[in-house]
Amino acid sequence: MAAKERVTLVVFSGELDKALAAFNIAIGAASMGMEVSMFFTFWGLNVIKRNEGGIKSKGIMRRMLNFMNRGGSKRLHLSRFRMLGMGTWMMKQLMKDVNFPQLEELMAMAKGMGVKFIACTTSMGMMGISKEAFIPEVDSFAGVATYLADAKEGKVNLFI
Amino acid sequence: MKADATLDCIGLYCPMPIYHTANKLKELEMGQVLEILADDEGIKEDMPAWCRTTGNELLGIEEEAGKYKAYVKKSN
Repeated sequence: MAAKERVTLVVFSGELDKALAAFNIAIGAASMGMEVSMFFTFWGLNVIKRNEGGIKSKGIMRRMLNFMNRGGSKRLHLSRFRMLGMGTWMMKQLMKDVNFPQLEELMAMAKGMGVKFIACTTSMGMMGISKEAFIPEVDSFAGVATYLADAKEGKVNLFI
Repeated sequence: MKADATLDCIGLYCPMPIYHTANKLKELEMGQVLEILADDEGIKEDMPAWCRTTGNELLGIEEEAGKYKAYVKKSN
């Protein structure tokens, strides 16, 4: 069999709807036998932060940022109609109504299909987020060269 | 059409039907046929696309009253 076709997704956004779209594509691609890498950077890091506990960081600005930008799959909001959380809650209800998996379930499915989760170390350093802030499913911590080396061989490369 | 196994994806939206199809097909032997039941219209385009990409053979899709039956022969 020929080498697997590669798909890379840059998850830059930290919003629930965009994360859902990213994982939909990742699961679809993995189901089609493709090798998928998801690079989480900037606000996208919020998607793969663990939901429990606090996030430690040094310096007043980084502490403030991580307090206001806590992240974690359960804390994400919609990019539109957030309505102080009401909109997000309603969208989750609508997903349940049509038996569509919640983000955490999609992430588990993607992981089960061998999708690679990669966290951007530049964003981590700048924002003061340590490795301990992330879920254990994260495969590696890397930079743009890792992304580009994968994307160069990718048939589908998306920035979300 | 005769099938060796059936996968019920009624009530599930994209990408769940192809996700479950990919996983279920792993349990089947080469040449066996999987029947997929679905009611998301997207399957009419998605299952042929999935088969084209994965190298499995689509034997046909039957449509009846908003429900679809797709038949996939494991060929890869």
